[in-house]
Amino acid sequence: MAEKKGLIKEFSKGIIAENPVLRLVLGTCPTLATTTSVESAVGMGLAASAVLVCSNVAISALRKVIPDKVRIPAYIVIIASFVTIVQMLVKAFMPALDEQLGVYLPLIVVNCIILGRAEAFASKNPVLASALDGLGMGVGFTVALFLMSSVREILGAGTFYGISVPFLAENPMLIFILPPGGFFVFGVLMAAVNRLAEKKGKPRAELRGCEACPMAHSCALNKKEESKEEVSKK
Amino acid sequence: MTKELFSILLTAILTQNFVLAKFLGICPFLGVSKKLNTAVGMSAAVIFVMALATAVCYPINKFLLVKNDLEYLQTIVFILVIAALVQLVEIILKKYIPALYSALGIYLPLITTNCAVLGVVILNVDEGYNFAQSMFNSVGGGLGFMVAMVMFAGVRERLESCEIPKFMQGLPITLVAASLVSVSFLGFTGIVENIFG
Repeated sequence: MAEKKGLIKEFSKGIIAENPVLRLVLGTCPTLATTTSVESAVGMGLAASAVLVCSNVAISALRKVIPDKVRIPAYIVIIASFVTIVQMLVKAFMPALDEQLGVYLPLIVVNCIILGRAEAFASKNPVLASALDGLGMGVGFTVALFLMSSVREILGAGTFYGISVPFLAENPMLIFILPPGGFFVFGVLMAAVNRLAEKKGKPRAELRGCEACPMAHSCALNKKEESKEEVSKK
Repeated sequence: MTKELFSILLTAILTQNFVLAKFLGICPFLGVSKKLNTAVGMSAAVIFVMALATAVCYPINKFLLVKNDLEYLQTIVFILVIAALVQLVEIILKKYIPALYSALGIYLPLITTNCAVLGVVILNVDEGYNFAQSMFNSVGGGLGFMVAMVMFAGVRERLESCEIPKFMQGLPITLVAASLVSVSFLGFTGIVENIFG
């Protein structure tokens, strides 16, 4: 029973408490770029989720085989393979979505959520837990993209999933689907989420930059700033 | 010919800015833009790696992948080439040009997972650019990244001394500021067509 509860928690933590976009501030590029319409945002969310679940399962299953020293390149190969598979499926069955996502579909490879989960979770946990963790994070990512894109499409194009919204359809505020609108809506959404988190006594979401980055261990930027601080303390 | 190349260069810097219009490389844009000198160092490393990655990936794509009908391997091959390239550059710089390494080296590992580098390589293939066009697009993209980073570092230094409502502090106000910088770049719309059209 306790085990079951643990597994449910692995799944549910990604949706709200540790939402990859709104709480951990990862995967900002696709969040800003593909949320001009609900359709492309949900497509992006689902494609990334599929890659996330598959790569988590594969990496977790291979975690004892992959040598520690070359684990990052090994993860990148695994992730890139699944991205290629998803790319081919989307091209074959949803050519319209492929056109909308364009370059951002292959760029799922460098989405920090996926490499981050591989490094932080799948490399240390059994297959089932990793699959659920990937699924939860994927759902959380999709939900965040859905929220962003709903606001942007309704205000910017006057439609919702292609259905026109009364009043707004006649005078859409184009700026919301242009690049500045992406930054603006994301900023306001983060402010709202931070406010809610503060009310519940949780810490605000901050851009962690380095800590959350899967490359942090090999990156000297942290170390350099630390040593600078030490010097200034002395 | 030269006209076309410069139009590609200016488009990549101004109207189709990698950060502010295409949303590539947002992580370093928000993460490393707090101070001007780190912003410049990071952008210099990005320009260098983008140009190098394009110079290496273009022949690999043309003479290896396209010739043998292996285009479907592009994503895997490109990311591996970029990752290997970044490691190699790091090792070479460390050994032979320590001065440059101490200036750029610390940013190099961050760049492997920077979507701007993989993005520019894939965009060059998608657009069907030849070698010269690809190089101009990459360098232009890198310069555009630098322009955006430097401008934004200036904006953020001013933000530090402002009184900001509590709920907007930190990431939200940074994003809203980025939105305003992005609006200013919308002003360049059409300028390239006017100069070269």
